[in-house]
Amino acid sequence: MWNYSEKVMDHFLNPRNVGEIVAADGVGEVGNIVCGDAMKLYIKLSADKQHIDQVGFQTFGCASAIASASALTEMLRGKSLAEAAALTNQDIAHYLGELPEEKMHCSVMGMEAFQAAMHDIRKKHPELNLPGGENDLTGEDRIVCQCFSISERKIKEVVQQNHLTTVEHVTHYCKAGGGCGGCKGEIQSILDKLNGSAAAASPAAARPAPGAPLTNLQKMKLVQETFDEVIRPGLMKDGGDAELVDIDGDTVYVRLQGRCASCPSATQTLKHWVEAKLRELVSTALAVEEVKG
Amino acid sequence: MTNEIVYVDNNATTCVAPEVFAAMQPFLTEYYGNPSSVYPFSGPAAKAIEQARVSLAALVGATTEEIIFTSCGSESDSTAIMSALATQAGRRKILTTMVEHPAVLNVCRNLQKQGIHVDYLRVDSQGRIDLDEARALISSDTALVTVMFANNEIGNLYPVWELAEMAHAKGALFHTDAVQAVGKIPINLSGSAIDFLSLSGHKLHAPKGIGALYRRRFVPFAPFLAGGHQEHGQRAGTENVAGIAALGKAAELAQQHLAAEAVQLAALRDRLQAGLLASCPDAMVNGDLQHRLPNTLNICFKYIEGEAILLRLYQAGKICASSGSACTTGSLEPSHVLRAMGLDYQALHGSIRFSFSRYNTDQDVELILAVMPGIVKALRELSPFGRN
Ligand SMILES: Cc1ncc(COP(=O)(O)O)c(C=O)c1O
Repeated sequence: MWNYSEKVMDHFLNPRNVGEIVAADGVGEVGNIVCGDAMKLYIKLSADKQHIDQVGFQTFGCASAIASASALTEMLRGKSLAEAAALTNQDIAHYLGELPEEKMHCSVMGMEAFQAAMHDIRKKHPELNLPGGENDLTGEDRIVCQCFSISERKIKEVVQQNHLTTVEHVTHYCKAGGGCGGCKGEIQSILDKLNGSAAAASPAAARPAPGAPLTNLQKMKLVQETFDEVIRPGLMKDGGDAELVDIDGDTVYVRLQGRCASCPSATQTLKHWVEAKLRELVSTALAVEEVKG
Repeated sequence: MTNEIVYVDNNATTCVAPEVFAAMQPFLTEYYGNPSSVYPFSGPAAKAIEQARVSLAALVGATTEEIIFTSCGSESDSTAIMSALATQAGRRKILTTMVEHPAVLNVCRNLQKQGIHVDYLRVDSQGRIDLDEARALISSDTALVTVMFANNEIGNLYPVWELAEMAHAKGALFHTDAVQAVGKIPINLSGSAIDFLSLSGHKLHAPKGIGALYRRRFVPFAPFLAGGHQEHGQRAGTENVAGIAALGKAAELAQQHLAAEAVQLAALRDRLQAGLLASCPDAMVNGDLQHRLPNTLNICFKYIEGEAILLRLYQAGKICASSGSACTTGSLEPSHVLRAMGLDYQALHGSIRFSFSRYNTDQDVELILAVMPGIVKALRELSPFGRN
């Protein structure tokens, strides 16, 4: 059960400024039906083109998507273009009195729709000479998350504006990484670049994306888990067993037990199976050494 | 407060029947003795367990020694799967379906990481599996075929009797997760090839936290929980006497009322289905209409999103239903069952499940039919999709 604030429920049940504006100065469309939420924002400017006169929206999505869109339209109405440009997704969340963490992407979607509408205004009204709007599809506008079409720029923006430190947070805020998960490593590198090593050391980052760089602590935990959940059950199937003796840097010290200990092909087992499993599931940098006796 | 609730989410859980509550109460108050103790004070507890075993065995056409009480449906599922692997060391394959409950699916995923080969049967657009595909995938390496009796989301019934025979033909064991079926449709296991069957109390008006596993007589078994000798050494842990007594009573009630109830629930469901299809444009029923639980309706409303529909339903009349939409669970992916069926994304996010129990009435259906068209219309007016 989601715990929605009264304000969210109010904007969900009584959304403001619903509908299309026919002669809009800018229309922004984001999301799509595959993702489960989508929004269309219509902006009409004042006669002098300096202020936002009317705003309208259409949203496909859950309660918080509808409430975020409704809130955004209320916040935009009457603002100068410069004031509006300074809004962030946090402002939407605050206006609604907080959104559940997993639903923050709804507020981000509102901001994206606004940015898309601004882009449209720039195109339709080049005479206004509005700043910003260069899109560079090979650089920051390159799509990182293919499942939800999220660009590097978008990810950087949500990370910086919301002080995010983990891939999971990034997924909650903009969905990136929430589909096939194939881009989690890349999101981690974006996080690392932006946050330096601070993020990697945070305990919340305990279970990193596959392929992501590991801290020593994470590595040790993962080796231990893999050892208990995969390697020992695997060896036990054949009447063997093993003990994790120590981890030193990238070297894992293992003592074979049970039938493995007396098995002539023990070194083979160690190198080929235990090491391969650890490399596959933890880090390709790992090497296994046998501890005798 | 609860009187005002219109509860049509009985596949999620059910209310405890008053008779069931009465049957379990003495074991939470007066007769708190450990059923394994020797003095007479523990007698009623031990007796209650055996009486519950008789009632539950009768409901599914089993003998009493074939019933093992567990803590929940999930434990029963895990027990059956792990036991089938443990007792057949030479067989390293499992066959299941893409539409199982996570209690089966996630166990299989974990086993894959440990080198067990798992095949997942595909389903067609109505959620049906292909028996020929199943036959082709069962081999002399297969330890277990596990296919649910009834699907929790769409209510589909699966051909478990045939599948069990098929598994046996290749020397494999057969398990069915019947958590959604027991108490809703007649099941007679006597003489069948089903080796394991899981059930859960809270889906048939007993409380949460009590389940059972049927294990066919003489089928090799490895306990999931080791420890004390309870349940004839098949499941350690001091018995949940009150829960077991409750499950026994619930089984008794189910058996008494099952035939009449199935007709009553199907009537409610069919009225709701016909009414919604008639009053809401662009709605479509999901599942196999010929082979479906009598109490379940899964219906999708195109162009709108499930969580929004659910919250509006609650707002309009405290109507409690559920949805396969991504937003309701906090995951970003909608229902794995509806996706496996290849449902169109226009429809996928707007699916709602209504599931009835013996406590639902015509008025409940009337209320849903009265509010739903307005909700669908209001949300569609907000939606950028579905207009030209
Ligand atoms: C088909 C099915 N299997 C298993 C379960 C799990 O049962 P329990 O909650 O008792 O563990 C459920 C309940 O949600 C279910 O619907």
